[in-house]
Amino acid sequence: MAISMRTAPYRVHRDPDRCIQCQVCVRQCANGVHRWDDEEAEVVSEDRECVNCHRCVVYCPTGALTISRSPLDYAANANWRKPDIDQIYLQSETGGTLLTGMGNNRPYPVYWDHLLLNASQVTNPSIDPLREPVELKTLLGRKPDSLELKKGTLAEPVPPQLELEVPVMFSAMSFGSISLNAQKALARAAIDLGIYWNCGEGGLHPEMDPYTGRVIVQVASGRFGVNMDYLNAGAAIEIKIGQGAKPGIGGHLPGEKVGPEVSVTRMIPVGSDAISPAPHHDIYSIEDLRQLIYSLKEATEYRKPVGVKIAAVHNVAAIASGSVRAGADYLAIDGFRGGTGAAPLRIRDNVGIPIELALAAVDSRLRAEGIRNQVSLVVAGSIRNSADVVKAIALGADAVYIGTAALISLGCHMCQKCYRGKCNWGIATTDAYLSKRLNPEIGARRAANLIQAWKHEIKEMLGGMGINAIESLRGNRLALRGVNLTSRELDILQVKAAGE
Amino acid sequence: MEKEGRVRIPSGCAVAGIVNLQGEVFGAGDIIQSIACMHDRSNGLGGGFAGYGIYPELKDYYALHLFYQSPLAREQTEAFINQVFTVKDCGPIPIKKNPRITDVPGIWRYFALPDPARLEECSDTEEEYVMKCVMQINRNIPGAFVASGGKNMGAFKAVGYPEDVADFYRLEDYRGYLWMAHGRFPTNTPGWWGGAHPFTLLDWAVVHNGEISSYGANRRYLEMHGYHCGLQTDTEAITYLFDLLIRKHRLPVRVALGILAAPFWDEIEQMEESAKRTWKAIRAVYGSALLNGPFSIIIGSSHGMIAMNDRIKLRPLVAAEEGDYVYVASEESAIRAICPNPERVWAPRGGEPVFGLLKNKEVSIADSPVVARAV
Repeated sequence: MAISMRTAPYRVHRDPDRCIQCQVCVRQCANGVHRWDDEEAEVVSEDRECVNCHRCVVYCPTGALTISRSPLDYAANANWRKPDIDQIYLQSETGGTLLTGMGNNRPYPVYWDHLLLNASQVTNPSIDPLREPVELKTLLGRKPDSLELKKGTLAEPVPPQLELEVPVMFSAMSFGSISLNAQKALARAAIDLGIYWNCGEGGLHPEMDPYTGRVIVQVASGRFGVNMDYLNAGAAIEIKIGQGAKPGIGGHLPGEKVGPEVSVTRMIPVGSDAISPAPHHDIYSIEDLRQLIYSLKEATEYRKPVGVKIAAVHNVAAIASGSVRAGADYLAIDGFRGGTGAAPLRIRDNVGIPIELALAAVDSRLRAEGIRNQVSLVVAGSIRNSADVVKAIALGADAVYIGTAALISLGCHMCQKCYRGKCNWGIATTDAYLSKRLNPEIGARRAANLIQAWKHEIKEMLGGMGINAIESLRGNRLALRGVNLTSRELDILQVKAAGE
Repeated sequence: MEKEGRVRIPSGCAVAGIVNLQGEVFGAGDIIQSIACMHDRSNGLGGGFAGYGIYPELKDYYALHLFYQSPLAREQTEAFINQVFTVKDCGPIPIKKNPRITDVPGIWRYFALPDPARLEECSDTEEEYVMKCVMQINRNIPGAFVASGGKNMGAFKAVGYPEDVADFYRLEDYRGYLWMAHGRFPTNTPGWWGGAHPFTLLDWAVVHNGEISSYGANRRYLEMHGYHCGLQTDTEAITYLFDLLIRKHRLPVRVALGILAAPFWDEIEQMEESAKRTWKAIRAVYGSALLNGPFSIIIGSSHGMIAMNDRIKLRPLVAAEEGDYVYVASEESAIRAICPNPERVWAPRGGEPVFGLLKNKEVSIADSPVVARAV
């Protein structure tokens, strides 16, 4: 084979004074960067295979390793940047679609960073969450416009609701896209926190049985793992129409990842590719969506909410409105920065719109149509911290989904190579040796710690605004001001400029 | 600087209310003295009163109190009123010149009933018809503002200290069974008469001290239900919420109050099963109507008076009872100024309503076995 024209993107530096030749790095790296050289009787490293996941750096007992970006670049060119050239080399070598993992990494505007929160001064006291209750409990599900009371009790029961102690949930990540241990870690954390996790389109592994009380089960276009037990197991059912990282296309779990465990869960033969088609082949229009929503409701006797997850695309407001009218109890909207285990690079980087604008448009549209109150809105892609959560709720969300942030809490280092199945952190892999690296107990504690920390921060921000219940922030866009935004963007966000 | 309504202006305030539970009328002297006692809680940029039972001879007619900034506004408004109402009586509201009340608009009142033919034609109830007509004047006729439009009641408000406002309107000439007063301390205002309290809608009059931190959420919720929050004041939003919950959704008053100042989730957890279910549903469905932030409000209607604080009592409110009278005020001194030794004086807890409902009326509006809070 001809020599590759691509050069190593990262450099591995080994400090010879510190390295004790213990070979921990050799054992930790699934990419084969480090190896023991018998002739030289020392550990050597091959830069080319390095994905910059920091596993060896973190585990090196003497701190001998560092990784840096390769200083090698092409002649300065503002148009043809390094990735543009490297991607052409790669495609001319392989003839294939470029793949990537995690969310859009291009420098598109992050609107969260252009929105600032309010706080009380003089005319309105701020509330100290250490002294006064600040309530974050959130109920997701369909709600009637009004209640009728007969002799002080409800004339008819309210439709089923998901009850969240913090308005944050772990978003859909299937067993297959992540390891069973990673799923267990998030599931345990969700139970400890009083929130929900989502099993994605991968079915439910028998070992996940103890965690089904707080699972949202997904029904996606491949229908993997879907049967009556699966539907009945979940606290809610989510129809996945689209994903922010790859709107308009389906999913592909390569046969190599379909070992015996994944095979059981997905109900497909070992070694066969699991292909989720781009559309659901029984949903070619909004009325078809209604049929699926009601089929699932009928199947589960209206005992659990049925939500619909869509990707944030140009016409998201109309699609959202249609989905609410089709009977969705909650809508999950995934922005174009949402993560993924594997997506074609061009799709991830170029399709869809930012969640901030999509959320503002959907919330405004549903209000204009007088149906916002009926449905819950969950947004994703990407929520990075508690301030993003608060801003999302002020723009109109009921709750948020986090995927990437949750995985980072488990140890993900954002190398964006999830699709290779060689995750050194034991997260995005089904390899038994690698998966074992993630201890579900420790993972659960870390994920729960993250959400607990966010909970404190959200209370602090709410209290500062003089608000002691999260519902008073929902859609309260007066709590936001925009900086560095055009008046068109402010119009869409329905947010005033700072100083106004 | 933009007029209030174009811009949102936070304000602090003094509030007071007196009701005779037998529905017997009494002069305005007490309420004037009570609110005047709290002079320093307002800054002269807004004062006002509402009285119920003040028009006994014309009690079956909607009493529309109008402000006009120009003769043209009056001309246009009267043309509209004559079109949609049958006017029984009208004329300028009697005033007395007061050196501290300036920029006086034209102040008129009309006693009217909906035009029967027009009311027949539309699908609205009589109340909705009147409400829509009032909103049309406020929104569509520049320089015209309806200060109040209920039956046998009226709002008297201006830019000034409350005691000057009372003097200006010759309030001592009126007798009512329920009086409410307000002294305003806006943080900035171009001084617009329409922005003073009380805010009214049909039979409701609301005075309020506080700043609602949930305003943005409440407003967008109301807009979804067809209310236009043109004044951008908290009081307006509170009044509309009350109207939505009680008149449109027909919820018992205790429930409506429990929506505005909701029991905490911890309190709900301690309720018995059926109440727990009910309150959980109420908070889930009506979360956007929760009033967050500091407030004390007095809500008046022909049924009587209700006063309440926000659920963690971030603004003052004191209540007292003496004989057939119930008093509420921002400060105890304002009650003792007119009733030195009441039988009972208390500071209601956060979210705990004070009811001063008339005894001769059907009090179904307060009747609900659901207890809002574990009192």
